[in-house]
This record gives sequence, structure tokens and C-alpha cells, in this order.
Amino acid sequence: MPMAASDIERLIRESIPDAEVTIRDLAGDGDHYSARVVAKSFEGLSRIRQHQAVYAALGGRVGGELHALQLETAVPHGE
Amino acid sequence: MNVSDAQTRIAEVVKNNDIVLFMKGTALFPQCGFSSRAIAILDHLGATYETVDVLQDPEIRAGIKEFSNWPTIPQLYVKGEFVGGSDIMMEMFESGELQQLVGANA
Repeated sequence: MPMAASDIERLIRESIPDAEVTIRDLAGDGDHYSARVVAKSFEGLSRIRQHQAVYAALGGRVGGELHALQLETAVPHGE
Repeated sequence: MNVSDAQTRIAEVVKNNDIVLFMKGTALFPQCGFSSRAIAILDHLGATYETVDVLQDPEIRAGIKEFSNWPTIPQLYVKGEFVGGSDIMMEMFESGELQQLVGANA
């Protein structure tokens, strides 16, 4: 069951309120997305922890109903 | 299925191999785009690595997601440490970090 990009964005924002989320539907099939998540709250976290925070926000959907999510996380520049 | 047994087997593999990639398929025939990308990165770096095909073993396939609290495959481990999936590998490849990490073992 494909997920809408807006749902992915909403779930991430609910769990990481300061996140700036950019979703792209890579194949146009609602099943292969890339997400770039930039959040001040990622500061001091390893890449693994940043990605885990996003996976946790998506509540177990990644690897399941959300088959392919190419993920990039970052801390905002110029603080 | 014995969950703790799968965890023990994964821990052994990670401990006994300096560089090991848990993936779908084999290095020659990856069965998923993300696994294929991970192999391409390791080969480009000239790394010597082991692979574990999770498609051959449902216990490992399920267990590896618990092992590092990471929901996706592939997963790269270097010197017993979880490095990340293919996205993190690509980021670290582009920044030169991955070369340092695996180069030290070559």
C-alpha cells in the first residue's frame, strides 16, 4: 500500500517539530521516495542516530509499507 | 524461530569479519538497488569484504533489523561497528570518510 508524500512529511514533523522536510517521489509510483530532513535538534547526533530518529518518526513503516526511502539528514547551516 | 540464536549468529559474523555487508543477493548478483549501490561503493574503494545474503536466511533477515535497531537492508559493519545503510555509505563515500574507514583495513 503506497504512502502519500504528505503523510511521510506529516509523520516526520509530528515527531521532529523543528524539521525541514523535503520529499521527492522518485519513480512517481508512491513507493520510492527520497527525503531530506534538516533539523537543529539533530545537532550532536551521529548520522545513524539522525536516521534512526526519522525511522522512529515513521513508526516502523520503513522497510515495510514504505519500501524504498532514500534518506538524507543534516543540521542547518549558519546558526 | 529462535530469536536470540539469530542475534548470536549475527554477532559472531560481525565480530569475525573486519568488513561485512548484510545485503539482498550476492556481490555478483545483488537483488535490490540499495544493496547494489552498497556493493558498487565498496568495490570502488577496493575494499575486501564479506557479504551475507539475508534472502537465504529468514532468521538473519528479521534479526539484522533488531540487531542495530535499523529497519532496512543493506547494513554495513566495519570492525564490529555498525556504519549505516546505503544512504550513509554514499554520504561517507562522498566526504571521503568511508575510504578512511575501510582503507585502514585493506
